[in-house]
This record gives sequence, structure tokens and C-alpha cells, in this order.
Amino acid sequence: MAIDTKKCVGCCDCVVACQTENDVPIGYCRDWVVEVMDGTYPQLEMELRSERCNHCENSPCVRCCPTGASHYSEGGTVLVTKNECIGCSACITSCPYDARFVHPEGYVDKCTFCLHRVKKGMQPACVSVCPTKCMYFGDLDDPRSEVSQILKKRKYKTLIPEAGTKPHLYFLI
Amino acid sequence: MREEVIISGRNNPLIDPQLHVWHWEIPTYLFLGGLAAGLLFFAALYTIRNKDEEYKTAVRIAPMLAPIALVLGLVALFLDLHNKLYFWRLYTTIRLESPMSWGAWTLMVVTPLSMIWTAMHIKDIFPKWNWKFDVIEELIEFFHKHKRTLAWIMLISSAILGIYTGILFSAFNARPLWNTSILGPLFLASGLSAGAAVVIWMSKNHAERKRFAQLDLMIIGIELFLIIHMFMGFLASTQVQIDAANLFLGGEYTAPFWIFVVFLGMIVPAILEGMELKGFKIPVAIPVVLVLFGSVMLRFIIAYAGQASRWLY
Repeated sequence: MAIDTKKCVGCCDCVVACQTENDVPIGYCRDWVVEVMDGTYPQLEMELRSERCNHCENSPCVRCCPTGASHYSEGGTVLVTKNECIGCSACITSCPYDARFVHPEGYVDKCTFCLHRVKKGMQPACVSVCPTKCMYFGDLDDPRSEVSQILKKRKYKTLIPEAGTKPHLYFLI
Repeated sequence: MREEVIISGRNNPLIDPQLHVWHWEIPTYLFLGGLAAGLLFFAALYTIRNKDEEYKTAVRIAPMLAPIALVLGLVALFLDLHNKLYFWRLYTTIRLESPMSWGAWTLMVVTPLSMIWTAMHIKDIFPKWNWKFDVIEELIEFFHKHKRTLAWIMLISSAILGIYTGILFSAFNARPLWNTSILGPLFLASGLSAGAAVVIWMSKNHAERKRFAQLDLMIIGIELFLIIHMFMGFLASTQVQIDAANLFLGGEYTAPFWIFVVFLGMIVPAILEGMELKGFKIPVAIPVVLVLFGSVMLRFIIAYAGQASRWLY
């Protein structure tokens, strides 16, 4: 997934769409907006990022899971199998992005890239509602996909690449 | 002045504003597990070295606390789970990459082993103990015959138990404070020190007490060396690890760590034990309680401070 920080206005529609689509319990979120103000007054720059699980290629959460509940699924998405999760929270502490939380029902929950929608040929809920169309979702292995094309054209960054997790969320800058 | 202000819309319980997903249960278990590992390690070591008559308390009496500590520790671990009814999932898989999986399986070996060891020596405390069933008597007879093999298994598994608690933390690169391989040996040393302290407390034999006071003194020395080494490593590392070290070097955990863990938990008992070896009369309970207290505090502070240390982005 690629997110255009230049187009994002921080409206949090993605957050609400996700909460609605995935029945996220009240008070929790699987995606969130971060606002970074940087610079020396009055030369200030603002960056808006819609963040979520990075679906890392080298996921510490999958590695440390003692039961195998956290696993790689189709297209490299990282998922949690509810009834295999014991709620030990090891994955939560292992995630440098703090993208996971304990669902009130006891298992660990997080963004799934809306795999249930993607399988039906739809876009993830957050992507589909974005009013500025700042998010691009698709197959990074396919060089012709929209997301691959935009990553070819634009400059981008990933979050904490030095943590070695190989994140799959790209922020266009 | 250049400033950076980060505002996050995320406010997930236990995650924000600062991760606090592991509470008292984890450090409590880490202490009890470490203590049990220490007790069992010495019992196995002196059995293998044929010194079970000389160090009777260490080999026969003190290890009886290990199953109690382990069971209480397991209860704490169980309380920590959020999806408690699925705990058995730990035992339907072996995941070599996950330290927690290693730990679960190690406990599966060590806990019954500590119970067998206790059963083998229970008549040393209660001479009139009667197992009632001949099968159990025969089984214990069988274990007595293979005591050395059992001791070897116990030596290795207790060392794994002691060291894994540290490795569990150090495997998380997301928490820079924990991400140091020193934690494994440090927690092992702390567990051995706690085990030795308990032996000193329970033993009535002067030679045994002297031996374990010497051992404890040596282990405390190793612990201090490891702590200094850990901070040297942090300060020579990346910014996030420098920040992690600064939690203890001026940050919010400075006073509790240096006063409770290093001064009261290591330096003071080391001085007291040293004085006792020199012939001064010191109530044995004081250094022992201080060592145990330091061992508990080490786990609590590392567990809590680790969750406070993070990557910035």
C-alpha cells in the first residue's frame, strides 16, 4: 500500500471506515492518522500519515508468536488467527509500530488489509473511502499495478526501515 | 530552534500513550522462574559432582521450593494471558523462532522434573512420609537409580530456563532497552544468585553456607560486570539505545534501578556476605532478603522500562 502524504488532509475518514467495516470495538483503532510538524518557526512543514500495520516481510510478530496464530497470508499480508491466539501479547511488544492491540474478546487484533474485501475484488475500506484518493493498494509483485507504477514515479519512504522489518507501507513524500 | 511535534490519533488501551501491556505477572514469573532455575541448577550441579552429602540443603532440601515457585509462576503467566481458554495452543506447536514457545516447552520439562526431584527427597524432611502406593515407591526407586541422568537433564533444562527469560526480552528489537544479548546471562546470573541466597538461608551447615556465600559473591560480581557491560554497549550503539540507557542514567528509572537493584540488591549483600566470610557475625536473613529483593526489582524495572523504550519515527 502506498499513501500520498502530500494529498492526505488528515480527515480520519479511513479510521472511521475501518472501524465500521471491521467492527472494531469502541475506543480502539486499526488505523490512525499521525501529524508531524517539523522545522524552525516560521519555516514549518507538516506531514500527515495514515498509518496501520505495515504487513512487514520480516515480521517480528510472526517470528515471536508461540502458537503460530500470527502468520503470513495471501499476498504477504500478516494476519492473526483468532482461535489460535492465546493473548500473550508477545507480538504487541515485538511490533516497533505498535500496530496491534488486545481485542476485548481476548485475542490480538490489527489491520488485515481488508483481505475479505480484496478477495472479492474490492479495495480495502480505508482506501475506498478516502476523499482525496491519497491511498493506492495493489500487488507490488505486478509491475503494472497502480501501486507499483506510483512507486516508480514518486519518492517515498518507509517507517523505521532500520528496524529491519521490511515494511510494506510506503509513504509518498 | 528546530522542533518536531508528533501528534498521533491512535489511543488504543494498553498501547498508548506508552506501551504497558505486560504488568506484574510477567516480572513475577520471571523472578520465580529464575529462582527455581537457580535452585535446580545447584542441586543438579552438586549431584553430578557427587557432593550431595556435603551440600545436603542445596541438593535435597532447597530444590523443594522450586516446584512451588514454578507453579506460582505458571499461575502468574496464565493470569497474564488475555485468551486464557486457548492456552493449550502453546502445546500443539513447536516454534523454534519464538522464545516464548521455547519457554513453554522448557517449563513442560522443568516443572515435572522439579516435582520428581522433590518426591525423591521428601523423606529427608518428613522421615515418616508414606507414599501409600507401591507403584509410586517403585517409581521413585527407579528415579533414584537414574539420579545422575536426571541431574544432567535438570542441569541443562534449568540453565535454559534461567537464560530464556532474558532471551525472551532480548528478542524484541522493537524495545531498544531489551534488545541486548546481555539480558540472557544477566537474568541467569540473577536467578543463580537468588537460588544461592535461598540455600544460604535454609542451610544449617557452616561449610555449605560458606561455599554458597562465596558462590553468591562471585555471581554478584558477574552481575555487576554484566550491568556495566550492558550500559557500555547501549551508549556505544544507536540513538534509540542511547535513549534506552538514559532511562537509567538520569531518566525516570535512575533512582529505583541504582538504589534498589544495584546498591541494595547487589552491593550491600555482597559486602555483608564478604564480612561474614571474614568472620563477622551477621544475621543471615539480611543479605538473603536483599538479594531476593534485588532480583525481583531487576525483573520489574527491566520489564517496565523496556516497555517505555521505543523507536521514534
